[in-house]
Amino acid sequence: MIPAIPNLLSIITFAPLFGAAVIGVLRLMARKDDEAIIAKNAKWISLWTTLITLALSVVMIAGFNHSNPGYQFEEHYKWFGPLSYHMGVDGISILFVLLTAFLMPLCILASWDSIKDRVTEYMICFLMLETLVIGVFTSLDLFLFYIFFEGGLVPMFLIIGIWGGKDRIYASYKFFLYTLLGSVLMLAAMLYMVNIAGTADIPLLTKFAFAREVQPFLWFAFFASFAVKMPMWPVHTWLPDAHVQAPTAGSVMLAGILLKLGGYGFIRFNLPMFPYASEMFAPLVMGLSVIAIVVTSLIAFRQTDIKKLIAYSSVAHMGFVTMGIFAGNVIGVQGAVFQMISHGVISGALFLCVGVVYDRWHTREIAFYGGLTKLMPHYAFVFLLFTMANVGLPGTSGFIGEITTLVGSYKWGTWVAFVATSGVIFSAVYALTLFKRVMFGEVTNQDLKKYPDLSVREIIIFVPLIVGTIVLGIYPAFVFDITTASVDTVVATYQAVIGG
Amino acid sequence: MDYHLALSLALPETIIAVSSLLILVFGAFRGDKGMVSISALCGVALIAAAFAAAFAQPGTAFSGAFVLDGVAQFAKVAIYIAALFIIVLGQGYFDRLGARRFEFPILILLATLGMSMMVSAGDLISLYVGLELQSLALYVLAAFRRDDAKSSEAGLKYFVLGALSSGLLLYGASLIYGFAGSMNFHAIALSASTNLNVGLIFGLVFLICGLAFKVSAAPFHMWTPDVYEGAPTPVVAFFAGAPKFAAMVLFARVLQTGFESQVEQWRQVILVLAVLSFVVGALGGLMQKDIKRLLAYSSISNMGYALLAIAAGAVGIPALLLFFVLYMVDTLGLFTVQMALSRKGEPVTRIDQLAGLAKSNMPLTVVITILALSVLGMPPFGGFWAKYFVFGAAISAGLWWFAAAGLVASVVAAFYYLRIIKLMWFDAPVGEVDKSPAETRWIAYAAAAFSFPGVIIFLIYAYPLAQSAAQGFGH
Repeated sequence: MIPAIPNLLSIITFAPLFGAAVIGVLRLMARKDDEAIIAKNAKWISLWTTLITLALSVVMIAGFNHSNPGYQFEEHYKWFGPLSYHMGVDGISILFVLLTAFLMPLCILASWDSIKDRVTEYMICFLMLETLVIGVFTSLDLFLFYIFFEGGLVPMFLIIGIWGGKDRIYASYKFFLYTLLGSVLMLAAMLYMVNIAGTADIPLLTKFAFAREVQPFLWFAFFASFAVKMPMWPVHTWLPDAHVQAPTAGSVMLAGILLKLGGYGFIRFNLPMFPYASEMFAPLVMGLSVIAIVVTSLIAFRQTDIKKLIAYSSVAHMGFVTMGIFAGNVIGVQGAVFQMISHGVISGALFLCVGVVYDRWHTREIAFYGGLTKLMPHYAFVFLLFTMANVGLPGTSGFIGEITTLVGSYKWGTWVAFVATSGVIFSAVYALTLFKRVMFGEVTNQDLKKYPDLSVREIIIFVPLIVGTIVLGIYPAFVFDITTASVDTVVATYQAVIGG
Repeated sequence: MDYHLALSLALPETIIAVSSLLILVFGAFRGDKGMVSISALCGVALIAAAFAAAFAQPGTAFSGAFVLDGVAQFAKVAIYIAALFIIVLGQGYFDRLGARRFEFPILILLATLGMSMMVSAGDLISLYVGLELQSLALYVLAAFRRDDAKSSEAGLKYFVLGALSSGLLLYGASLIYGFAGSMNFHAIALSASTNLNVGLIFGLVFLICGLAFKVSAAPFHMWTPDVYEGAPTPVVAFFAGAPKFAAMVLFARVLQTGFESQVEQWRQVILVLAVLSFVVGALGGLMQKDIKRLLAYSSISNMGYALLAIAAGAVGIPALLLFFVLYMVDTLGLFTVQMALSRKGEPVTRIDQLAGLAKSNMPLTVVITILALSVLGMPPFGGFWAKYFVFGAAISAGLWWFAAAGLVASVVAAFYYLRIIKLMWFDAPVGEVDKSPAETRWIAYAAAAFSFPGVIIFLIYAYPLAQSAAQGFGH
């Protein structure tokens, strides 16, 4: 048995921030001409910090009691008024903490050579982002949640704006203002809830029955925030811009983690707290999800930029998540959680794949490439594997996520599952076309011969992702075991109200 | 009536009034050379007054003309501390300009005395006297750089428009007196609840207009950008916080004591002012190029938030107190940073001169980023909690749609704060900045540190304090 570490959750949440502070202090103390040394130190400190966070998360998951549906590793201190510092994880959030801690060292490694300008600031931004994102999943107080949820915008704004591509400023503003507009509505709803219920404690609020008449308003306010974050069609338009302009690791964080905040919010707030409204609006969400799956798949097919294509495919895959959640049954919500975890790994890996070629040739135009299988066989293998996972090939985690959400939504309504399934086919069309145009054919562009295959560092990045995709694809019970108890409670809360 | 008790209630005011006169005499002999010691003496007077205000026993004196309750104590301490910082900043600022004049700290002291009277005003006379004492001192302060055309312009504009608003206010006060038959807020309340007539409502509207002018709420905001742009920066830093706090407390007291039974009459007026202020503040700021003008629009929208707290009624009072403390720290910090920045001896006044600051002065860049995010309302910084209290109060008073409107306006306003951040972090530098003066640097750091993480500890203590201070306000 692993000995229990007191305040483990706070340590995990704030360890990256501590690392960032160490880097910041070193930077302030150093002289101007030490730039190179500070940059090197910053990279190593960040890598170690993220690895330690990962190790602690693994320790936490090892000590996690699978059969307990409630919150574990709880910490509770009063702050002022109705607010408190309340942390805890259940079977749903613990997986997202692990996912964040897992992707973060890979992001740091992916930026190792590609970021040359203002390395210390970059690493500080990433570590701050990690703290804020983990905090979203571990906080059990409404306003603590909001602090982390909103706070995450700032480092991401800086990451896109400072280290992004040509149109970075437009993309960063769009990202920030879009998300902020969604969140302020949620803030208004939160203030109302605290005022009515007299507490900001999420577990208590989940048990608090909000009046039937106000539920639609509250639901919609939360929906506005999470739908933008998710992003759902038609409020997804910030995502392609943000992805294309963000540096590789920024895209990985965005697709891998930040999009999941929306889905997590739906499961944590909308479904159990406003069950009437969730049932009432379920057709709307289903409709939007199906449109997202079909329409964005078609849009993805027309893209000429690799990153934009993957960004649109993310929107489509998030459509499966919202569909699974608002199906409101156990398998649908289980599937949605699984799909989010799986998509976190797969889309993260795909953006890293783009990063590999972007670091070499500094372009993401599909037409620039072609015939890479001959020049970079290892890379071609990795890219193929993740393309297949993205399409949902059985044996990869993508398949499990799609099939379970589809089963869940089939129970809700046949036509939804029917139309959504066509999205699976469309995703095969765009993903395989992308693969064909980048990888197969003759090498027409002589520039492509200039650079070698994957380096050792890149292989180190991809190995854990490959293992993750395959293991989750073959043994999904790893996730389901952990989520079952908590998902059952969420769904039971929801169904008890709408059934009765 | 026990005169000793009355004087002990007004002890802070007495300290300030007496010491300002004594220091003036001292200054007349020492001249501008003695400005450091005069500033120090004024600072000591303020600290003594702050202690006197903090530890006084609440009560009413001078036949109800002077009220010392929890709200007044809270506001006074905050205002005195703000004035203290302004004296420190002004000392350095005028020194570096080579324009040191010993009247500066004394005028600040007199303005503070006026504000102190305003927050304690219990009838229309003390309301007007406090307001005028404050305003007259501020008119002079706005034109304090008399060799500078913009400063003189600011002083003149402020004076002419301020006099107009005082006229409106006085007219309203005379109508109220005429129809209610008393100056005292409680007596007015009695008359308003038993015998409400058009004359009283008319007077109330004029009074609201006059006060709205003082707090620069739209549509009475026109003077704000010009005066902010022209007046010396330490004076503007003062304008933006303390006088508005005092005027807002006065606003709340008039409405909630004198016209408590007429909530439905004034609430709609206040809400219109509030919504217009968010909108004007948010949209007006978008195209500004001058830092101080931008902050003027930012303050207009923030006054909208404060008015929302007043419209919320009794629940809004603790929100108003906390809002102003948090807001004053942010604005003080932002104006201080503006004083801290210069390029080759020329002060940085335009927003685009901030470009690339991250490359040349990282600590100040971080400070501006924190303060801009705070005013924007980004958690966990102080400005977010200011909005949290105000909107929380508005929502619990059922002003649900107005709170939502304010929040949406804050997203529009977010754009101009983001532009500051963008310029500093994303753009190429336009040259090195000079080393900033020590006192401005440290006050800026302190403001940022207060905004976060200081606010965590501040709220633990200030929240219950504000709650208990607002207990029984207006009765």
